[in-house]
Amino acid sequence: MSTGPALPADGGTTVLGAGDVARALTRIAHEIVERSKGADDVVLLGIQTRGVPLARRLAERLAQIEPGFDPEAATGELDVTMYRDDLHRHPTRAVGVTRLPDAGITGRTVVLVDDVLFSGRTIRAALDALGDLGRPRAVRLACLVDRGHRELPIRPDFVGKNLPTAQAERVRVLLTEVDGGPDAVVIAGRDAPDDAAGGAR
Amino acid sequence: MRHLLSTADLSKDEAVLLLDTAAQMAATQSREIKKLPTLRGRTVVNLFFEDSTRTRISFETAAKRLSADVINFSAKGSSVSKGESLKDTALTLHAMGADAVVVRHWASGAAYQLANAGWLDAAVLNAGDGTHQHPTQALLDAYTIRRHLAARSDRLPDGAVDGVGADLAGLKVAIVGDVLHSRVARANVALLHTLGAQVTLVAPPTLVPVGVGVWPCEVSYDLDATLDGWRPDAVMMLRVQRERMSGGAGAFFPSTLEYTRYYGLDARRLALLDDHAIVLHPGPMNRGLEISAEAADSERAVIVEQVANGVAVRMAALYLLMAGEDSAEGNDL
Amino acid sequence: MSTETYVLRAARPLGGDPVDVVLRGGVVAEITAPGVADAADATVVEAADHVLLPGLVDLHTHLREPGREDAETVASGTRAAAAGGFTAVHAMANTSPVADTAGVVEQVYRLGEQAGWVDVHPVGAVTVGLAGERLAELGAMADSAARVRVFSDDGKCVSDPVLMRRALEYVKAFDGVVAQHAQEPRLTEGAQMNEGVVSAEVGLTGWPAVAEEAIIARDVLLAEHVGSRLHVCHLSTAGSVEIVRWAKSRGIDVTAEVTPHHLVLTDELARTYDPAFKVNPPLRTAADVEAVREGLADGTIDIVATDHAPHTREDKDCEWGAAAFGMTGLETALSVVQQTMVDTGRLSWSDVARVLSSAPARIGRVDAGPHAQGRPVAVGEPANLTLVDPAAVRSVDGTRQVTASGNTPFAGVELPGRVVATFLRGRATVLDGAPVGEVVR
Repeated sequence: MSTGPALPADGGTTVLGAGDVARALTRIAHEIVERSKGADDVVLLGIQTRGVPLARRLAERLAQIEPGFDPEAATGELDVTMYRDDLHRHPTRAVGVTRLPDAGITGRTVVLVDDVLFSGRTIRAALDALGDLGRPRAVRLACLVDRGHRELPIRPDFVGKNLPTAQAERVRVLLTEVDGGPDAVVIAGRDAPDDAAGGAR
Repeated sequence: MRHLLSTADLSKDEAVLLLDTAAQMAATQSREIKKLPTLRGRTVVNLFFEDSTRTRISFETAAKRLSADVINFSAKGSSVSKGESLKDTALTLHAMGADAVVVRHWASGAAYQLANAGWLDAAVLNAGDGTHQHPTQALLDAYTIRRHLAARSDRLPDGAVDGVGADLAGLKVAIVGDVLHSRVARANVALLHTLGAQVTLVAPPTLVPVGVGVWPCEVSYDLDATLDGWRPDAVMMLRVQRERMSGGAGAFFPSTLEYTRYYGLDARRLALLDDHAIVLHPGPMNRGLEISAEAADSERAVIVEQVANGVAVRMAALYLLMAGEDSAEGNDL
Repeated sequence: MSTETYVLRAARPLGGDPVDVVLRGGVVAEITAPGVADAADATVVEAADHVLLPGLVDLHTHLREPGREDAETVASGTRAAAAGGFTAVHAMANTSPVADTAGVVEQVYRLGEQAGWVDVHPVGAVTVGLAGERLAELGAMADSAARVRVFSDDGKCVSDPVLMRRALEYVKAFDGVVAQHAQEPRLTEGAQMNEGVVSAEVGLTGWPAVAEEAIIARDVLLAEHVGSRLHVCHLSTAGSVEIVRWAKSRGIDVTAEVTPHHLVLTDELARTYDPAFKVNPPLRTAADVEAVREGLADGTIDIVATDHAPHTREDKDCEWGAAAFGMTGLETALSVVQQTMVDTGRLSWSDVARVLSSAPARIGRVDAGPHAQGRPVAVGEPANLTLVDPAAVRSVDGTRQVTASGNTPFAGVELPGRVVATFLRGRATVLDGAPVGEVVR
């Protein structure tokens, strides 16, 4: 994924701070364990770019909850560029890395991890990519923010925060690993309804 | 980047992006399911005015792995007649709605004309034009060199796998043989220079073009001195066309034996190379002429790997040319 | 002979002071102070600030007829010549059939007379079928109605030294001249463009300068040895200029021509792979362009000749390697000479009259007799005249040329100067910039 558009000059409105993000991830980790009745067969696949550190953080939390869980062996990253349905409508995207756990994903419970759930098209592409990589027992979806405006019949299993937004607004997740500063979720473009072209997914 | 016509048109960033994308494509090719849906519904035409089964199959494989529809259009035979068939063919392809045209042609500049004459609005990939350029060959050579030798580059990004993100700064490449008639040599000199490598062309003086003085490379007539004194990291052997020496008074060198004696890569010369050095050849090889069987089959030879890398590089080129916006504007490659 | 009377009002002969020039009875009847000449019963051509030149004479035109009437005919080519300010052209011999017999040269000569746009002087082939094997019947062509004096295998070089020697000697009998296309054939096998930095890069087979220079050097020595006169067609390299300069300093009877395109275009244009720039001899380097300009300015090069080479669209709308060699030139020649030589101060208009009219007429031996060309602008001389507006600027458009073919290398280029009127023995062939009696295209 591209790193998205630069923040507008006003910087936008911070709706979640670092503490909120940490608490949301901890809650999601517990829900994953509960839903899967343990974490034995769970594989966390982060969707490029910011889904990847989120998946790692979730894996660390799973290991705290379930000491037998090996975060290294159960985490991977997924680049869905080659599966997107809107390639011809955007500037050429650089293709990112896809890396699966050595044991693969067949028969495992795959939790796709992304930062913002929006139209659902990225997840659709991720599901297609998974189909080419193996046959998971189940696929679930975790996202830090669900901002609505779905264009496909896709819903998340684990959500950090439901964030009602206008279509034209832009939601950005900032993570230490990628963006340098403290974690935050920012909404921008509230007063600029014309600025509809950009925006996170 | 709307077309891929010449490596001389590529900036360093574009070249590195092509190689990095090829690395991701290569990663998908070790999977059980190698096909990607990326170019579904798009049409790639392989337009070959000159026989080259290898290059055509490589492009065809690349396009099919990306789910494009592939049409093979062999226009061989029209090479002896007037070239107006190029224009007519282009108009036909335009009418058929080709999204990309991969063109191999005996005439230097044919790909450039296809892209610029206004006959066609598809992306044009030059798959070899006369004695001018063969950009995907040079890209696959650079990709192969980087995979093996990027660790020796001056500027390797931290944690790079297979040299992803790296250029070829500090590497030394010798290109040996018929430079005069070689589109592979021209494409490689430009690309390797852009990527920061040093290049020495090694050939008998008759096979070095007049005007080579402005090329960003050195020229040597002495293969032994180059191997022994300059110590290249990679040695690229060019194919020698047998007809080049059968021209009587117009032959470019006296005999195959003499050529092999001075410019062939044999076991003795192979032993002069540093341990890490690799040997490339664009194929098909003339075993016993420009390269001996010992050299071709040695562990240093990466010739078979070049073929595999060719598919990944061509997937990358097709992806970067075809997946972007319909208009070239705003396309930052 | 024209019965019409024209008054060219306030024209400047050879760029000099304005005068009225009266054309009557096919000759220049009067030259008076401006505004003075009697215009009764005359057609007045307002010519203030226009330069009046003797009608231009081209020593090197391809009219393509017989054989390639799809590219050009004698009628269409000579009409283009008139539009470019010419009153005489020498039609090259590489037609089909080749102009190597009295029959063919007389046919071309008659077609020229019928068309009536300019005097057509056929060039005879030196060797049968341009094959370079045995002499054509040069005497018969000289004695024919076409009175051939210029012989050339142009398009091919008379490369055999013995054959060249014989031709040089043989034409002395009727004061002929051999016009050599200097191109060593073995050094230019498969050649596509000038050999150098650009050819190395674009991958087109190179055409070394030495292939031209070696032949010129040999031929001037042959001409000296047998005491003949030699004309060098379209020389294109700095080395060629040097050799001709040296030959002239030795008193060798050699003349040389340069084309308009070699005065301005370089091999850098091959980077476009546009066959409009494919020509024989090839476009050379900027240093060569400067050398031929210098040679033309100092008189080493005697004349500018167009090498007008029309080709059909299908012969040019293709790969460089498959395209025909050649460019049209009749309608752009004077403008290119003005731009490169006059506007740069290297030639006066009087020099232009020399290099584009009197000198080529003298070389072709068409400067005397009732159809004399290249004569001074003076009372009593045949009224072969060209009126040029040097201040005009025009954009070249191949599709709007008078020639039947559109292969100009100057498409979209703005060139200075415009031929306003052309007179052939007092009859207007061009007026108001358009051929007379023709629909303006």
